[in-house]
Amino acid sequence: MSHERKLRLKTLVMVFAMMVCATTGDSLLKRGMTEIGPVTLDHAGLFQAFRLAMTSPTIWLAIFFLIGFMLSNMTVLSWADYSYVMPASAFGYVAVTFVGMTVLGETVSPRRWIGVALICAGVFLVGQTKPSTSAVAEAVQ
Amino acid sequence: MIRTAATLAIFVLSGSAGELAVTHGMKKAGAPDRLRIKPVLSFLGRAFCTGWFWVGVPLMALSFYLLMVLLSWEPISLVIPASALSYVVGTLGAKYILKEDVNGVRWAGVLLVCIGVAIVAAG
Repeated sequence: MSHERKLRLKTLVMVFAMMVCATTGDSLLKRGMTEIGPVTLDHAGLFQAFRLAMTSPTIWLAIFFLIGFMLSNMTVLSWADYSYVMPASAFGYVAVTFVGMTVLGETVSPRRWIGVALICAGVFLVGQTKPSTSAVAEAVQ
Repeated sequence: MIRTAATLAIFVLSGSAGELAVTHGMKKAGAPDRLRIKPVLSFLGRAFCTGWFWVGVPLMALSFYLLMVLLSWEPISLVIPASALSYVVGTLGAKYILKEDVNGVRWAGVLLVCIGVAIVAAG
């Protein structure tokens, strides 16, 4: 397997891991923060929000998945461009839409389909470029 | 409205700045030889010792906290579409700070993703 192809493959694997962890973590975070309720921007309100967040099992589970996202993100960024990885990870929105439609039986609006099509086209275009172009990464490799 | 817009701006800028700093740190740490447990753990050990990582983490923590605050104030259908701006801010940072080669094709892809994410999240 050529160096270029190997680089693309391992980047794809890590972006997939990032996508799964980020989607799960964000969903759990939203659920946890909704359980806590609106946060007021004064000293007492911020402290109360922090205390409630730190004692919420849902928030801790979200943090676990978001740490998984962070570690896989760190690893892939050690060789790939930030401007390559960041848009590619947006493919999570596409995955969530298909899971919602096929597993949960949700109806997907035409507007959402347009958004999904734009993300797919954008990720496809980014995928046509070289995963690594920065001088520091090339010097290390 | 002004409070939400200002918080959103700080959220986007701090998040992008943090990710750019971490990216620079990861490049300095050097990629793992193989995607196996030992080389990856060794890489993470090096990564946690780079100064740029510790510059990025507080900025990302600030961004994460502001996201939680924003989500408690406003519906997710407003917060996430607006945060899609970070794709553009991050790419500008990658081009001018990290000196990545962001050509026309990549820019077109980033802009399509940015608009697509905004539309999907708004729905």
